[in-house]
Amino acid sequence: MSRIPLSALIGIVVTAAYFLAAIFADVISPYGYAEVVGNVWDPISADHWLGTDSIGRDLLSRMIYGGQITIFVAAAATVLAFATGAFFGFLAAVSGGWVDQTLSRLVDLLMSIPALILALVILSVLPVSIPVLIGVMGLIESTRVFRLSRAVAVDVAVMDYVEAARLRGEGTLWVIFREILPNALSPLVAEAGLRFIFMVLFISTLSFLGLGVQPPLADWGGIVKENKEGIVYGIPAALIPAVAIATLAISVNLVADWVLNRTSSLKGGRG
Amino acid sequence: MSEIENPVLEIRDLKIEATSYPPGEKPVDVTIVEGVSLTLAKGKVMGLIGESGAGKSTIGLSSMAYGRGGVRITAGEVLVNGTDILKGGAGALRRLRGKTVTYVSQSAAASFNPARKLMDQVIETSLAMGVARAEAEARAVALFEKLGLPSPKTIGNRYPHQVSGGQLQRVMTAMALCPQPELVVFDEPTTALDVTTQIDVLAAIKEAIRDTGVAALYITHDLAVVAQVSDEIMVLRHGNMVELGTAEQIIHDPREEYTRDLVSVRQVNHAEKPAVGEAVLKINDISARYSGLKFDVLKHVTLELAAGQTLAVVGESGSGKSTLARVITGLLPPNAGSIEFCGRTLSPALKGRSKEDLRELQMIYQMADTAMNPRQTVAAIIGRPLEFYFGLKGAEKRKRVQELLDEIELGTGFADRYPAELSGGQKQRVCIARALAAKPKLIICDEVTSALDPLVADGILKLLLNLQKEEGVAYLFITHDLATVKAIADKIAVMYRGAVVRDGNRDEVLSPPFDDYTDLLLSSVPEMRLGWLEEVIAHRKMEAGGE
Repeated sequence: MSRIPLSALIGIVVTAAYFLAAIFADVISPYGYAEVVGNVWDPISADHWLGTDSIGRDLLSRMIYGGQITIFVAAAATVLAFATGAFFGFLAAVSGGWVDQTLSRLVDLLMSIPALILALVILSVLPVSIPVLIGVMGLIESTRVFRLSRAVAVDVAVMDYVEAARLRGEGTLWVIFREILPNALSPLVAEAGLRFIFMVLFISTLSFLGLGVQPPLADWGGIVKENKEGIVYGIPAALIPAVAIATLAISVNLVADWVLNRTSSLKGGRG
Repeated sequence: MSEIENPVLEIRDLKIEATSYPPGEKPVDVTIVEGVSLTLAKGKVMGLIGESGAGKSTIGLSSMAYGRGGVRITAGEVLVNGTDILKGGAGALRRLRGKTVTYVSQSAAASFNPARKLMDQVIETSLAMGVARAEAEARAVALFEKLGLPSPKTIGNRYPHQVSGGQLQRVMTAMALCPQPELVVFDEPTTALDVTTQIDVLAAIKEAIRDTGVAALYITHDLAVVAQVSDEIMVLRHGNMVELGTAEQIIHDPREEYTRDLVSVRQVNHAEKPAVGEAVLKINDISARYSGLKFDVLKHVTLELAAGQTLAVVGESGSGKSTLARVITGLLPPNAGSIEFCGRTLSPALKGRSKEDLRELQMIYQMADTAMNPRQTVAAIIGRPLEFYFGLKGAEKRKRVQELLDEIELGTGFADRYPAELSGGQKQRVCIARALAAKPKLIICDEVTSALDPLVADGILKLLLNLQKEEGVAYLFITHDLATVKAIADKIAVMYRGAVVRDGNRDEVLSPPFDDYTDLLLSSVPEMRLGWLEEVIAHRKMEAGGE
């Protein structure tokens, strides 16, 4: 760990800062997230470091709480996507035959519909709450994880040690969790970082379109939406959450890149 | 040897190094070859022999001033026709490689471009050297003829996948000889071939070397093969020269201990045991095919194996011997016939078998590398069958694992290692321990020694024989190597194109009268004596003439 490249270091510091701010939101945020403390779109000042928003709430506080929601929803959806996607991907690879065919074609079907359109259709029918959002996002993205885990697991499943385990009489769950998972982990870990970024963008897009996190709660996408009219008058309030989304995405990407570099044998396993 | 005048190749005090990157540590330089010197005169063949990692290929490639992936020649001189090619620079090397020195690699199938016709690839370097196309093609056709390829005039119009493996290897030899080089490096040219194919390729190469008068470096791990083609043999170990001498002296009068080991290898012998007790395995009229195929891969196979005995199933690639193993283990349910195991009829598919069936029938694989989960320790690998079949846990399990490690002669200190930290032979031993842990009645050994160096393979065979004496386990030994068969079998079944063509007790199967295929197979196994190749070829010509 002695030689972390500069790009990865920047990524780690920025990502850590966002995560810490999200975790300690109650401690560090100067005001409540729904508290009206000033006028509409107050400029940046000592009281309001980032100014106020479209109805006079402190923008810094909203950003911090918004970050908490964004990161929480994205992380939970990523975990869900990996739990289901990886499990079914491994299952398809290990079982083969009609199980593989059914799961793979189902995933093809889901992937043929653009993710955003699919999410909008589902969310327009269901009551929009945070658990529902996590569920919908997680399941839609799990199709992508399924593809990757199946591909990785197919390579591992043909190894003699998997055959040896089957001949021993081991069940499918043992084969998946003890033989395949440990050998398929590194590409999945790198993919997790990238999936997390997609989740951040996904939830932000949904909220911007009004089918994501509902007011008075807001995530970063929601804050962009609330303040977008200000742009016409030269108010930068909508750009601040946009910058937050971009910097988080880039820094997580830098970290994921570095992890991929370190674990991928294609690049010599070093770097 | 320095009295040779105008040698084609002279290597003086060669030192080759590479950088290795152990995970989590600083890169270190390792010496691959050190202090090797040789002189090769025109028209002579020098054999380089040694186990894997001995530096044979590295020395061979150094005669073209080439180092594979990060390998560097750090000291010494390589003189081709008296010029040091290490000092020549890129332009001189370009004129040297493919013109003065050419190379024949082990895997012809992987070395040809599948999208181009054979002729274009064979004459490519000659064209680049300025030879006219018509002349280059005439040379190639003459070489095809000399190498005994069928329809030499038109075979060049075929693509690599349209000829067999043995033919492709000969085409590659033609490719190396076409630019009329002065030195050819043969790097294990027959290792990937079946024995019956190997002999033709070997004879073709030997004749071509003699007729064209090139000098050759012949690299192989098989001393019996190298003895057929070489004038001189250099024995290498760990990158150092062990012994250098004429082929005759090395085979008949080896001076060094290590050379003596190599010469006497494959002479493990054991007395054939009479069949006592019940049959542990009875295969009745089994036919099997893979889904999607329109023909049977196994045709009416019937075999029997008694408890505590070894049945060797011999055959070349494609003879169906590994398919037989898949059928017995239940991975491929047969479409006809039945299998009796310890008196009970086995369910054709794996799913229908009881835990007892699974426990008593264990398997050891050819590639120990892929047969063990790289993320599990040796203790976990051997411990799992103990836990799974016998419910052993904690200290009890640990104790039994150590007992098994002692049994396979590994001793203490191995339990917490990962497979990557073991040598090839040690890995195979751990796989044997995993099979033994289940206390099986029958172990299927699928080419278990094929991937190992001869001396290591001998050790494994001896271990298997000892374990059989102690545990009374029966082996179904699948192999293509007849020396292994002689070393371990009580009974032999010879397979050819999915059918058993000959089976019975070992001595019976190995003594005449033979059927045609067994005769071909037995006579193709290289013997460790000079002149063997000529005898076999002469014998075959005589037989062919007689018909």
